Amino acid sequence: MADAPPQPLLELKGLSMAFGGLVVIDNLDLVVNEREIVSVIGPNGAGKTTLFNLITGIYRPDDGEILLEGNSLVGLPPHAITQRGVARTFQTLRLFLNMSVIDNVMAAQYGKTKVDIVRSMLRTPGWWKEERQIRARAEEKLSFFGQRLMGYRWDQPAYSLSYANRRRLEIARAMATEPEILLLDEPAAGMNPVETHEITELIGKLREEGGYTILVIEHDMHVVEGISDRVVALDHGVKIAEGSFEQVATDPKVVEAYLGTKATATK
Amino acid sequence: MSETPGIPAPPEEPSEEQASRIGVDSWVAETERHGRGRGPLWQLARLWEYSPDPVKLLAFVALASTVPFWTNEGDLFVFGLFTLLYAALGLGLNVVVGFAGLLDLGYVAFFGIGAYTYAELSSSQYGIHWPAEATIPIAMAAAALVGVVLGFSARRLLGDYLAIVTLFLGQAFVFFTGVANPTVAGKGLTGGANGIPQLDPLTFFGYQLTSTKQLYFFLLIVVTLLATALYFANQSRTGRAWRALREDPLAAEVMSIPVNRLKILAFVFGAAVAGLCGTIYAAIETAAVSTNFSVSVLIIIYAVVILGGFGSIAGVFVGAIVINCTLEFLEPQNDHPEVKRWLFYGTIVLLIALLKPWFRPVLVLAGTIAFGFVVHAIVAATTAASWTSGVPVSGASWLARWAVIPTGSHGNFNNYLYIGLVVAVVCTASLKGWWRMIALVPTLYLTALVWENMLTQNGGITAFILFGAMLIGLMTVRPQGLLGTARVEIV
Ligand SMILES: Nc1ncnc2c1ncn2[C@@H]1O[C@H](COP(=O)(O)OP(=O)(O)O)[C@@H](O)[C@H]1O
Ligand SMILES: [Mg+2]
Repeated sequence: MADAPPQPLLELKGLSMAFGGLVVIDNLDLVVNEREIVSVIGPNGAGKTTLFNLITGIYRPDDGEILLEGNSLVGLPPHAITQRGVARTFQTLRLFLNMSVIDNVMAAQYGKTKVDIVRSMLRTPGWWKEERQIRARAEEKLSFFGQRLMGYRWDQPAYSLSYANRRRLEIARAMATEPEILLLDEPAAGMNPVETHEITELIGKLREEGGYTILVIEHDMHVVEGISDRVVALDHGVKIAEGSFEQVATDPKVVEAYLGTKATATK
Repeated sequence: MSETPGIPAPPEEPSEEQASRIGVDSWVAETERHGRGRGPLWQLARLWEYSPDPVKLLAFVALASTVPFWTNEGDLFVFGLFTLLYAALGLGLNVVVGFAGLLDLGYVAFFGIGAYTYAELSSSQYGIHWPAEATIPIAMAAAALVGVVLGFSARRLLGDYLAIVTLFLGQAFVFFTGVANPTVAGKGLTGGANGIPQLDPLTFFGYQLTSTKQLYFFLLIVVTLLATALYFANQSRTGRAWRALREDPLAAEVMSIPVNRLKILAFVFGAAVAGLCGTIYAAIETAAVSTNFSVSVLIIIYAVVILGGFGSIAGVFVGAIVINCTLEFLEPQNDHPEVKRWLFYGTIVLLIALLKPWFRPVLVLAGTIAFGFVVHAIVAATTAASWTSGVPVSGASWLARWAVIPTGSHGNFNNYLYIGLVVAVVCTASLKGWWRMIALVPTLYLTALVWENMLTQNGGITAFILFGAMLIGLMTVRPQGLLGTARVEIV
C-alpha cells in the first residue's frame, strides 16, 4: 500500500486567469494525488481563492486544463462539478444562515439524491426512504466534529453558531456532497489557538477516517506544518515553490514574497 | 512579519479551562428569555407555536367548514369564497416568492391564462362544453407551459430582470385579451373589453357545482390539498434546495444544487397553481374579463403573502382572511360605514399603543383628545357657526364637538388640511424624544380632520389609503409578516 504509485486525482495544467488586465493565476501546474493533503500558501492577493473559484467552476479559466480523474471540468456549471466530486468551503463563510444546522447539511445532499417534487408531494415510500437516508447521512457528517455540532444544535439556525462552529459547519456541509476532494479555504481563520489545534487534528482525521483528498489554503504556519504532505507557495498567481513544508518554508523566494508584501502570514 | 518561516514549535494540547465550553451560546440564552413571556396573548402564541402543523390545518378546515352554516349566501360569496381564492393564489405565489425568492410580477397573467382557457373550453364562445375534469388540467398545463417558455427564455434574466420581464408579461396579457382580441374562427378570441360571458358552471363527471355553498366546499378541498402538497414539497430535498438558493444562490450552486433549474421549477409551479385558481375564478364569476387580471389584483395577492410572511404557508391563510375581509368592509358600496371609522381610529390607536414606555401612548392619546376639544372650542367661539356645524358622516354625533367639520364650502379649507398634515408628519418624523410626542398630538388631530372632512366622503380612495396605512403599520411592527420568521442577514 505504501509503495503503490500515487494516483493523480486533480490535475491543473497551464491554468491562467486574468481580471481585466490583472493576471491573477499565471500558467499554473498542480497535481493533487489521491488521499494527499496539499497546502497552498501565499501572501494576501496571491490568487489562492481565485484558484478555488476556478476549480469549482465559479470562474472559467482563460486558458489551461482542470482534470478530475482525467476528465475535464472546464466549462461545467458549479453544481455539476460538485456532483463529480469537488466540494469546498468559503473563506468568507457562506452558510445558509437562516436554515437550521442540520438543514444546511441536508440541503447539500441535493446532487446525490433523486426523489423528484411530485413524489415528494405524494410522500411515496421512496421519499420516506430517501429522506431517512439524507437525515442519517447529515447526522453522520455532523458527528465528525465530536460534540461541537451535536444534539440540540441541529435545530438551531446556523446564524446562532459561534464563528468556529460556523467554520466546522461549512466543512460538514461540503462533506455532505460526498466529494472525492475537499477544498478548504482558510479553515483556521479567525479561530483561537485551541480551536486551531482542533482543526489541525480534524483535517488529519478527514483523510484518515473520511478518505478525502484535501487541498487547503491556510495562513497559519503551525497548521500548514501539522497537516501537509506537500506545500505549494503562490505569489502573484505564479507557483514559486513546491515541496515539503521545510523546503518551502525556508525557500528564499517564499521568504521574500512574504517580506516583500509585508503580509502578516504567520504568527 | 517578524518571524521568518523557520520551523515553529508544534501547537500544544489545549488545557481543560482553555477548551471552549460546550452547551452555552447565544441561542440558548435567547430561547430561555423567550420562555419568560406572560399574558394571554403570549399563551396563545405558545399554543400556536407548539401545535403540530397538521393540527393547525385541521383546525382551520374545521372552522372554515362551519362558515356556510352561520352566514348568508351573499356574505359567504364575498367573504368566504374569495378568502379561499386569495389563499389558493397566495399559496402559489408563496412558492415563487417565498420559497425560491423570485420577484414574479406576471403571476396574475397565469391566473388570467387559467380563466381564459376555461372560458374557451367551457362556454358557448366556440360551442365547446368540456367538463372541468378536462379543462382544469389543460388550463394548468397551459399556464405552466407559458411559464416554462418564459422561464427558459429568461434564464439569463432570472435575477433582477425577471421582475421587468414578468411585469411586461402581465401587461401584455391584459392588452392581448382586452384590446387585441384577434379573430379566430370568425370570432374575437377573447371577446375584447367585454370578455367572454356565460361560462358553464364547474362540472365534474356530470356533477354540477352551482350554489355558493358547493363552490365554497370545493374550494376548501382544493385549498387544503394544495396546502398539504406544498407543505410536503417544502419538506423535501427540493424545498430545502429552494430555501438554500434563497439564502445564498452561489453557495447553493456550489453545494450541488442546480439553481437555475430550481428557479424555473418554482416559477412554473406557481404558474400552474395560478392557472388552477383562474379556472375556478372564471367559473365563480361565470365570465372571463381582462380587467380582472390587472396589476391591482397582483398587488392584493402580494399583500396576502407579505402580510402573512414570505415562506409561511399558515401565514398565507391569515393574510388571505385579513386582506379579503378588510377590503370587503372597505368597499365603497359596503353598507357598514361605521366599520370603516372603527378600523381607522382602531388602527391609529393600535399604532400609538406600541410606543414605549407605556405612559407615552396614554399621554399622547389624552393630549390629542384634549387638543381637539380646545381647538373646537376656540374655532366655535371665534368664527361663524358654519365652521363647526358640520355633521360627521354616518352619525357619531360625539365627534361633532371634537372635530372641526364645516358645512358647505370654505374655500381651500380641505386643501390646507392636507398640506398641514404633510407638514406635520414631516416635522414629527424629524423630531426626537419628547418633542416628537408633543408634535404627534396636532399631527393625529389633523389626521382625524382629514379623515372626517375628506376621506369618509370618498369611499374608493379611502379604502386604499386605509389599507395602505394598515400594511405600513404592520410592516413597521413585524417586518417578517404575521407568521413569518425574522430573517437574520448579517451577524
Ligand atoms: N472577481 C474579481 N474581479 C476582479 N479582481 C479579482 C476578483 N477576484 C479576485 N480578484 C483579484 O485577484 C487577486 C487575487 O485574489 P484572491 O484569489 O482572493 O487572493 P488570496 O490569495 O488572498 O485568496 C486580488 O488582487 C484580487 O483583488
Ligand atoms: Mg483568499
